[in-house]
Amino acid sequence: MPPPLDAIDAPPAAAPGDLTEPLIAADTWADSDVEAAGIPVRDVPFVTVGGGLGSFAMADLLRLAGLGVEQIAVLSDIRRPDETYRYLAENSQIPESERLRSDAGSVMDNIWAFPSYAMREAAGERSLAPVWQVLTEPLLAEFFTPRSGQVYRSVEREALRIGWEDMRVIGHVRMVRRRLGGGYFTVMTPPAGTAATRRVAYRSSHVHLAVGYPGLRFLADLQEYRSTYGDYQRVVNAYEPHEHVYQEAQRRPCTVLVRGSGIVASRVFQRLIDDRDQSGAQTTIIHLFRNYVDGPQGEGATFRRPGGHGFAYQAFNYPKAAWGGQLRNRLAGLEGQERADLLDQMGGTNTAPRRQWRQQLLRGEREGFYEQRVGTVTSVAPSPDGSAVVTSVTSEDGQTMELSAQFIIDSTGLEARLTDHRLMADLLEHGGAGTNPKGRLDVDPTFEVRGTRSESGRMYASGSITLGGYYAGVDSFLGLQYAALQIADDLAHLGFCRHIGPGRSIAQWWRWARNRAP
Amino acid sequence: MTPTYLGRVQTRLFLLLVVAVPWTALIVPLLPGPTGPTYRVAYAAVFCVGLFGIAWEALYHGLQQFRWDKDWPILLGLLVGINEGIAVYLALDAGFLAVGPINTTAFVIHFATVWTLLWLTANGPMRVVFIRWRFRGGRLV
Ligand SMILES: Cc1cc2nc3c(=O)[nH]c(=O)nc-3n(C[C@H](O)[C@H](O)[C@H](O)COP(=O)(O)OP(=O)(O)OC[C@H]3O[C@@H](n4cnc5c(N)ncnc54)[C@H](O)[C@@H]3O)c2cc1C
Repeated sequence: MPPPLDAIDAPPAAAPGDLTEPLIAADTWADSDVEAAGIPVRDVPFVTVGGGLGSFAMADLLRLAGLGVEQIAVLSDIRRPDETYRYLAENSQIPESERLRSDAGSVMDNIWAFPSYAMREAAGERSLAPVWQVLTEPLLAEFFTPRSGQVYRSVEREALRIGWEDMRVIGHVRMVRRRLGGGYFTVMTPPAGTAATRRVAYRSSHVHLAVGYPGLRFLADLQEYRSTYGDYQRVVNAYEPHEHVYQEAQRRPCTVLVRGSGIVASRVFQRLIDDRDQSGAQTTIIHLFRNYVDGPQGEGATFRRPGGHGFAYQAFNYPKAAWGGQLRNRLAGLEGQERADLLDQMGGTNTAPRRQWRQQLLRGEREGFYEQRVGTVTSVAPSPDGSAVVTSVTSEDGQTMELSAQFIIDSTGLEARLTDHRLMADLLEHGGAGTNPKGRLDVDPTFEVRGTRSESGRMYASGSITLGGYYAGVDSFLGLQYAALQIADDLAHLGFCRHIGPGRSIAQWWRWARNRAP
Repeated sequence: MTPTYLGRVQTRLFLLLVVAVPWTALIVPLLPGPTGPTYRVAYAAVFCVGLFGIAWEALYHGLQQFRWDKDWPILLGLLVGINEGIAVYLALDAGFLAVGPINTTAFVIHFATVWTLLWLTANGPMRVVFIRWRFRGGRLV
């Protein structure tokens, strides 16, 4: 589990080498300013902030492009690149044995996607089933998706191969500021007691930001309920630990109200129904929709997404060609609101059309343990005897209903504002960065953050903070790799690293295959 | 795969050149029938796969538009070898390129192996050589 950030950032008793008022106020820092504040400076050509899967994809590619471990610093609050991912995945009911939502070719440890996760699973388990599945997907079989455990193992192996631990420095990044004379200062707060000063500054030519989700966002009415009644047990978010809900539901019959109709809701349903089937739970599920999808979406036969029974269905969070086909091209050619609109049409709330899930829900309706309701929530409050939470809902035809449940699971998503993240807020205020039509960080097609150039220095970003840009699938394995590739190409163009042409690509793949350092 | 039309055509022509041409050189001596005429038919077939492919790909790309994901499933990439093979056979048999009589067994073995190789290469090794290829809808230049 990732360490709580606040703990790292807690002010220790008057440590030396802290930020000063003049530093905080200045957009650009001279070397002497930082020195005057007593903040030690470490020089490294490339800094990536975050240390999750986005930083991992970036560092991996730069290693392939010829950079050494001493040329890259990964500033991170986690030890293993998949730690935060795993934490969120496990909370949202994806244990190691469950399958993810990306395809065989979204291979986190291998930019070539060869061999794909399907081929590796086939080899590892001596089974032809995964091969048959990729061969016939999505016509006769559902898309192959890897088990999360396989992804974790592959990341672990690659992290070892590229020398991740030698690049990674634990701490909390507070800000990135431009340096007078080019490049950037990235200010990090090391964990208390591990450094002589309160802050450490990394002076680099280029910076890459991959901080993941700016924050966890709750539905407003549920947030209000939690803060008004101080009840964090009955109303939970699917991305935070909420195992107690399932445990309680196994001990005594419960009603669980689930909000949201995306992939996370699907996984929550699977868990609740699996528990009914396997552990004798007698849970009743109320599924509350705000928008009910009752048929295919989109216009014309050439832009129609399957939908029905409340859900919009697509295998991945965008149509597949958004990652590398005609839809990628189409989006890349759009600006402003048009781009935001196409993103909404391709994305939005949707879930994977898995037979198992559909059958579970249909069975639930038949047997009366799963029911769907549609409407707008007007209030959420404890029941008079305190044993349940009552959600008051107004339906489209103006009727009101009261839905009582022991637990509410908010499965609506992680969407938080960019400025919920302190580093991002600082960047908008002092770094010259701006926002795109979706309110996220405005990046150009090479993932450079617009407005942040520092002479020959470049600042890049990838992951969910760049959603709304020229590429749709930014918050996905393949999207993180795509961004890394665009960035590495841009850096190679600047002469900072080597271009990965066919020769280097084959040579590096061969090193990968033999598990030799890049 | 998620090809674009341009990517489809470029990939096809490229793989014909670097995979089908040498493969044909290797396999023809092992096929039934006299080597010289078999070479003629075999290379004519490879040429036709490229030439007709420009039209075939337009058709496939049109069909792809009816798929929400705008993808081209791996299986289809293999199966369209059947219609393409038949079309090439009929064209050559009807006198296109004047290659003379066709040994059907030799043709089928040659075409099937060429097609399978193209398909296999496109679904793996291509990505090792051209790291950006799959993100560009199969475009090479
Ligand atoms: C439940 C879930 C399932 C998903 N499943 C899939 C899937 O199946 N397939 C797929 O392709 N994608 C999937 N994704 C999307 C995406 O691939 C992951 O979210 C991925 O982890 C994103 O990587 P990232 O580097 O952007 O963020 P993260 O992996 O979250 O890493 C960012 C790290 O930066 C740290 N950080 C933030 N601010 C600072 C700071 N100031 N200083 C230091 N460190 C900081 C964060 O704490 C975090 O550890 C899934 C996402 C979720 C939430």
